[in-house]
Amino acid sequence: MAVLNEEQEMLRDMAREWTRNEHPVGAWRKVRDAGQPFDADAWGEMGEMGWAGIIIPEEHGGTDFGWLSLGLVIEELGKSLAASPLVPSALAASAIVLGGSDEQKAEYLPRLATGELIGTLAFDEGPRHTGLKVSTSVHDGRLTGTKAFVHEASRAGLFIVLAQDGVYLVEKGKGISLSKRAMVDMRDHAEIDFNDAPAQKLAAGGDDLAQKILDRARVLTAAEMLGMCQAVFDTTLDYLKQRVQFNQVLSSFQALQHRMADLFTELEMARSAVEGGLQAIDSGFAVSEAAALAKARANDALHLISREGVQLHGGIGMTDEYDVGFFLKRARVLEAAWGSSSHLRDRYAAMKGY
Amino acid sequence: MASAAEADAQNNAGPSDLDAFREEVREFLAANFPPELRGKSNILSSVEEAGEEGPAEKAWRLAMGEKGWGTPTWPKEYGGGGLTRKQARALEEEMAKVGAWNPIGGMGVMMLGPTLLEFASEEQKHEHIPPICKGEIRWCQGYSEPNAGSDLANLQTMAEDKGDHYLVNGQKTWTSGGQWADKCFCLVRTSRADKHKGISFLLIDMHAPGVEVKPIKMISGMSPFCETFFTDVQVPKENLVGEEGQGWTIGKKLLQHERTNLSGGGALAALNAQPLHKVAERYIGLDESGKLADAELRVRIADFEMRWNAFLLTARRAMEESKAQGGVSEISSILKKAGTKLGQERAELMIEIMGYRGLGWEGEGFEQKELDGTRAWLFGKATTIYGGSTEIQNNIIAKRILGMLDHQ
Ligand SMILES: Cc1cc2nc3c(=O)[nH]c(=O)nc-3n(C[C@H](O)[C@H](O)[C@H](O)COP(=O)(O)OP(=O)(O)OC[C@H]3O[C@@H](n4cnc5c(N)ncnc54)[C@H](O)[C@@H]3O)c2cc1C
Repeated sequence: MAVLNEEQEMLRDMAREWTRNEHPVGAWRKVRDAGQPFDADAWGEMGEMGWAGIIIPEEHGGTDFGWLSLGLVIEELGKSLAASPLVPSALAASAIVLGGSDEQKAEYLPRLATGELIGTLAFDEGPRHTGLKVSTSVHDGRLTGTKAFVHEASRAGLFIVLAQDGVYLVEKGKGISLSKRAMVDMRDHAEIDFNDAPAQKLAAGGDDLAQKILDRARVLTAAEMLGMCQAVFDTTLDYLKQRVQFNQVLSSFQALQHRMADLFTELEMARSAVEGGLQAIDSGFAVSEAAALAKARANDALHLISREGVQLHGGIGMTDEYDVGFFLKRARVLEAAWGSSSHLRDRYAAMKGY
Repeated sequence: MASAAEADAQNNAGPSDLDAFREEVREFLAANFPPELRGKSNILSSVEEAGEEGPAEKAWRLAMGEKGWGTPTWPKEYGGGGLTRKQARALEEEMAKVGAWNPIGGMGVMMLGPTLLEFASEEQKHEHIPPICKGEIRWCQGYSEPNAGSDLANLQTMAEDKGDHYLVNGQKTWTSGGQWADKCFCLVRTSRADKHKGISFLLIDMHAPGVEVKPIKMISGMSPFCETFFTDVQVPKENLVGEEGQGWTIGKKLLQHERTNLSGGGALAALNAQPLHKVAERYIGLDESGKLADAELRVRIADFEMRWNAFLLTARRAMEESKAQGGVSEISSILKKAGTKLGQERAELMIEIMGYRGLGWEGEGFEQKELDGTRAWLFGKATTIYGGSTEIQNNIIAKRILGMLDHQ
């Protein structure tokens, strides 16, 4: 665990208590069974607690606590699979912080900070993230293109859209149509068709704005995945300590002790990589490398831990009634988001010049 | 199987006899296999959910059942085909040529039949095996209980001796197909005196008063298995297979049949599926030099395909060695864990190749094949848990094959 300041510790404890008491996995199960994208009341509470504004400057209604702070909250939410648009909305806000004009900041950031406005990223155009080459284009302030598998799409009022010549803001409304994509994690994904939709460029961010946004997306997604790793690990460890077969608790079998020791090792290395990624964004130093590292380690650790979590529970792990399967399903969706491990390893090597 | 070996010895079919047999098969298929069923699969042996049987399927099942060719090497007197192994292979080949499949299947064929042939009384064989050969009765497996999973011998379901019948009380769980089954082969406790020797093998009518099933929903969204409750269920004494207390021996033998089928089944399913590199070509594409555009994934796909081939070679070697030795080859012990692990790896790689399209749950934007793939990936997680988990297989390999005994 990174060394936290007092403010960060408070924030983390608050998030931990809230998810434990108000929003455990059972709350997500209800949302799923009701067929909702997320719990609107819970999102309202997150807004009141200021979580949507953690990386937004104070002058625009945020708290400017920084990325490590936001990551701590996201990790806690990941532990209970809390369905909320917090990650994509914070990423949308960061795009405006990085690349927006003063007018754009004043227009959108205060509403994003309260949670009243929900934003999301619409970058990828296919089922696999393959980098920043897209065919979406803009003419005379009108944007046209199709974006695939946009996260938390149905309630978003603001889209941060990657086009050939830069990153654009598109408000929900004319020229936009959504079609739902029901994925295994039962979350709110959609394909979005932009057809001559009015768009404003985020012109202040420099040439590498899209890359910077993508780096942040990787790190924040990795923070959610870290929370999921921790939750599955803890649940599995508890289970092995309780379940008796052959007149002994399963945790007394050395074969399983070693498996858990291996998972623990992967988990702790993923934690360091994720916290390192968050701190890199806060310090502005070698962010792209740290982001690729964070997401690749989170991908691989969660892949392993979610798989082993099911296996080590035996039959009960295969049931819908038990939570561990939810983590497996969400895991694969997040592994695919913003770069699979193989994409990130390739990128890492390229950044290192080999 | 002993019966096929006997038939082999008696009837050492030469090549010309085999040709005549092939001709008989071809005629039978032409007359009886409804062409519209080409390439479909056996709904009775589907692991996840029982489908509806249409008229053509029914006619095909009845025709094959009449011949006994769904269970080709089982003895004729109990409704089997009475074929030699060579004839059975010829039958399989001829069927494959016209896209025909075996309509007789399920746990009765895979597990119970071979066990009854070995352990049951003459009356029991005549009563229970013919309906299996004809595909008339669906069986389920009542082994696991809430506190008896890997430690199966810890089972607590009691069968109390009441003179002319047993009175059964207790709970089974994870009973695959319990809600569709007519009968259940069960491990029950007839004595509390000894953990293993108190276990007996009992056949229970699922429609009898006091039997209740509660389907359990799985992570793949289906409910293919159940909790099964027995409350004062009366089971006739003649449904005991073997002797009282012999259940552990019989039950373990049945598990061997199950495991053989599980590793083999996985192998077959993947053989029929498209090779991974073909799928990858479609979803990822090739670069200018004709290589898969994702270099790292390309290497991992090759790694998988090579290990898969090594597995198939091992499965074949195990079969040949077993045949030559006239007993089960030692390397058979690795087949279940290796086959199921590779099956899972394949499903994971498939998802990685397809990206989000490999993660569809339902509805618009996905091909049916992609959606089926998602469910199969999730269901496939069970293959390393049931039929003796991978960890239990490893224990067996380490202790029985490698002699790595506990130090106590
Ligand atoms: C889809 C599905 C279908 C099934 N169908 C049937 C059926 O039709 N009939 C039936 O009777 N049963 C059925 N089962 C049950 C299955 O046989 C059991 O789930 C299995 O035996 C494991 O038992 P358990 O679930 O109690 O897990 P546990 O035994 O509690 O095991 C939990 C974990 O601990 C590990 N473990 C246990 N003991 C050891 C040890 N000594 N050393 C190292 N690791 C150990 C296991 O491998 C597993 O990873 C089915 C299960 C599934 C998932």
